[in-house]
Amino acid sequence: MVGLDLLEVDGVDVALSGRMILRDVNFRIDHGEFTGLIGSNGAGKTTLLRVLLGLQDVVRGRVLVHGAPMTRSNSSVGYVPQKVLFETDVPVRVRDFVALGIDGHRFGLARRSHHTDDLVDEMLESVEATSFANRRIGSLSGGEQQRVLIAHALVSKPELLLLDEPLANLDPGSAQEIIELLHSVVTDQHVAILLSAHEMNPLLPVMDRVVYVANGRVASGTTDEVVQPEVLSALYGHHVDVLRVHGRVLVVAGGDGHGDSLVADHPPVVVD
Amino acid sequence: MFSSFMTNAWLSGTIIALLAGSVGFFVVLRGSAFAAHAIPNGAFAGAAGANLIGVNPLVGLVVFALGAAFGISALSRRTRSDVATALALVMMLALGAAFLATSNAYEPAVNALLFGEILGVSSSELLPVALLAVVCVLGLSTLYRPLLLSSISPELAVAKGVNVRVIDVAFLVVVALSSALAVPVVGALLTFSLMVGPPAAARIVTSRPLRALALSVVFSVITLWEAVASSYWTNLPIGFFVGTMSAGVYLVARGWSLAQSRRPRGALA
Repeated sequence: MVGLDLLEVDGVDVALSGRMILRDVNFRIDHGEFTGLIGSNGAGKTTLLRVLLGLQDVVRGRVLVHGAPMTRSNSSVGYVPQKVLFETDVPVRVRDFVALGIDGHRFGLARRSHHTDDLVDEMLESVEATSFANRRIGSLSGGEQQRVLIAHALVSKPELLLLDEPLANLDPGSAQEIIELLHSVVTDQHVAILLSAHEMNPLLPVMDRVVYVANGRVASGTTDEVVQPEVLSALYGHHVDVLRVHGRVLVVAGGDGHGDSLVADHPPVVVD
Repeated sequence: MFSSFMTNAWLSGTIIALLAGSVGFFVVLRGSAFAAHAIPNGAFAGAAGANLIGVNPLVGLVVFALGAAFGISALSRRTRSDVATALALVMMLALGAAFLATSNAYEPAVNALLFGEILGVSSSELLPVALLAVVCVLGLSTLYRPLLLSSISPELAVAKGVNVRVIDVAFLVVVALSSALAVPVVGALLTFSLMVGPPAAARIVTSRPLRALALSVVFSVITLWEAVASSYWTNLPIGFFVGTMSAGVYLVARGWSLAQSRRPRGALA
């Protein structure tokens, strides 16, 4: 069914300032799927997301949305960047900011209508941000800010939402809330999500598929297909073990006695 | 103070204040105060240059302010924007110094250029000043939404398909034209205070963007009227009053907001 997927990444190579960052990237995302883009810091996750947004050129290969080449400002793809620093004094309320998600790219003064007001209210409610809708964007906590950024991205009704490390810098409780929120976005609004993270465990209950980035290459499939010693060893280019402990997954270097013991993911902490 | 020869001062001053207040809203939002300082100095060099070769000063003001704006945006692509702005600033000041030295301008004329002159716009210049101001206001209203979004977060604007570089240059052009109009009245050194003090005060008072813009315009007009009146009565340069009043408005707003936050209120998250 070539070309019918929501997003198709086909044999993509990416270079940054002449250095090859990603090689032969292939994966697909279908409507209403929750996909985790997993890899350690510096693996190329942000670069890959920028390719999907049309902000980064590829050396080879193509990115198709509904079978057509991806263009900049494609309204079917929404984006939540990694770090947005709002100044405290900025005279913009949460609802003003979400409204800019509808028409912030259009010229002219903001035209208010019942339609856009309703849309903003509905979106604020769906991310549970109604209680702070009239506060300044610079006054929000990390978790509140993520909700607002998600509402800003969703209000234009994209079919695919890309999020760059939305769980970084959040305490575990807030991170869990954001994951549940995103899960409901997938199930209720039928929006596909591609979320990058260096830690896959919090996502295991909600992830339909995983795109695993390491060593400049990518493996994709269901979590069970990808998070296997053979697959990840081939990806990393040396032996790794996959340990499953109490429903959590640990990816550690095999005991070959040299080099770093930890190659990916997180410290091997045994939990609960 | 309201005699016929002062009519020009009030009219031109009001136009300039309306413009500086609206442009300033974005200057503060984008953190472009340094560029708003550098560009009027470009305009200053232009006025000095025009004086030297006997051209209408408004032409020199506009051409050099635009030159400073394009210079800043071109250099900013290669280097940090504060460094680019500083380079444009020193270049323009140096040119201005050379032009003044060569032209044997009277000292009062130099002072007027640097620190302002309430009669800086002659009646024959009033029409072009008003027309350029209208162009600037139309430009700002056209740019409003993408400019607001890219000022809050360039990355989000880019993701929505906004050409941030074009918006940047277009905005600097508006700053340049506004500066060219303001410099003859407020003075090159203090024009940016009108683009910083009132909008900075406005955004403390209100959290809504359009309201903050409107309030910035109101504060700016009050500042300029006060400055014209005080300068008329005291014979001190108008720049002095614009500068102190701009900072004063900001301090009053800060104090007001401090008083508000001390007052016990419910539903504070």
